[in-house]
Amino acid sequence: MHLILFVIFAVFCLAGAVNLLLQTHPINSALSLIVVMISLAVLYLLLGAEFLAAAQVIVYSGAIMVLFTFVVMLLNAGREERTLGSRAARLIGFPAVVAIFAVLATVILHIEGLGSVGPGSPITTTEDLSRVLFHELLLPFEVTSVLILIAILGAVALAQKGNGDHDTHKERTEAK
Amino acid sequence: MTILEFILWSLLKVVVVTVVMLMGIAYTVLLERKLVGRIQNRWGPNRVGPFGLLQPLVDGAKSFLKEDLIPANVYKPLYLLAPILALGCALISISVIPFGEPKAGPHGVDLFEIADVNIGLLVILGITSMGVYGIALAGWSSNNKFSLLGSLRASAQLVSYELALGLSLVGVVLRAGSLNLRVIVEQQATLGIASWNIFGGFQFLAFFIYLIAAFAETNRSPFDLVEAESELAGGYNIEYSSMKFAMFFMAEYGNMINVGCVATLLFLGGWTSPLGNLMPPFENAFLNAGLSLFWFVLKVFCFLCLYVWVRGTLPRFRYDQLMNFGWRILMPLAILNIVATSLWLAYR
Repeated sequence: MHLILFVIFAVFCLAGAVNLLLQTHPINSALSLIVVMISLAVLYLLLGAEFLAAAQVIVYSGAIMVLFTFVVMLLNAGREERTLGSRAARLIGFPAVVAIFAVLATVILHIEGLGSVGPGSPITTTEDLSRVLFHELLLPFEVTSVLILIAILGAVALAQKGNGDHDTHKERTEAK
Repeated sequence: MTILEFILWSLLKVVVVTVVMLMGIAYTVLLERKLVGRIQNRWGPNRVGPFGLLQPLVDGAKSFLKEDLIPANVYKPLYLLAPILALGCALISISVIPFGEPKAGPHGVDLFEIADVNIGLLVILGITSMGVYGIALAGWSSNNKFSLLGSLRASAQLVSYELALGLSLVGVVLRAGSLNLRVIVEQQATLGIASWNIFGGFQFLAFFIYLIAAFAETNRSPFDLVEAESELAGGYNIEYSSMKFAMFFMAEYGNMINVGCVATLLFLGGWTSPLGNLMPPFENAFLNAGLSLFWFVLKVFCFLCLYVWVRGTLPRFRYDQLMNFGWRILMPLAILNIVATSLWLAYR
């Protein structure tokens, strides 16, 4: 049962990803990305990570992708034009992708002590997860949150700066 | 219980709950028209059937029979997908909501809940957050400036208020120590009304934040800027007619019912009576099950009446007021509530 569901949603996920690249209209691509996100959530669920699955749906497909579609709608982006791509991209791009993929795969396969998980694994409860996150991995967790805080501050500072420039410009024109 | 029994029970529950939910939606519309009528000093629908009770059925038949018009310049795939998404998300949430006492059926079957999930609360939040796509895509694919404005407003409003909504529920989760809706309700049953989260749990601030954010999430007045008849002529659903329009309409009322159910479960003690465990259960198991159902429906009904009352009373917010209110008032208050609840739980 688990295996059947795994295959179905893995196919969904890959089909969504391929469709994302093939579609020419930004909103179709955004919707394909949502399909990918949700299929991934189902895969997490099959591996027993229920909290991760819910967080994936709420954060990625529920919040971030809404902003994506919001921007697409706001800019009223049209169809992108098909080009054949530059020669450099084809000559360097494809080998680079293959190389990076190979390096990542070998590194991941050689790490030991990662533990194993498969379809139908016992469910990791939210309690277990938070125990690991807030006891064993507290420092990395806090550091990550500081990193995100800095990013937010940076975004606010950039937005403020734009406003300030606009104001000084207005003052200058008024002074004239 | 064998697999076959499980599947049969689940199918039965799904069919019954869906039918009841659809009827509930139809009669919530009637309730709204009646109550708003009384608030505005008129009768509301009273011609079809006794007290207008058959009005929803006639309205439903009318929407089916109307001509289904698809404008020429819409983006068809998404135009057709949008109402299905909206109504689907509104109907799915009910599947994890427990609306009566556990194990009420024969052989210990959970008669009053379709699926008992560990992370029920998160599932509901996830489905609600998907609901915005129905409205957003409807407005965009209609190829109409008013629709587009409506759906832009919807996306911004829902993302903003979802934050306050989610944060306001953290206090309740902290108190129960679980995301399972059954556990959250049973924890409130110990002392009856005195241990409900809104009173004994000191979550009244969270309750009001949830209430306000939920009004915004369901696009109900005073936050119905998405439809705003006076400025957008109906907003995201202008180009829809016949049953497709009715599907958006049903989605809105379905979401109202879902929000009422969640508020009942999290803050008002769910299916437990105001006396909770202080009153021993009756001998008759049938009576107990019926009473739990009665209390749940009564609480949701009161919540729906509140919805209508607010709609009949408050004028619409302005857009900048809406955003300011969400980000500058509701969100800091929700965070304050989390901090206060955590401190209380740590040092009591």
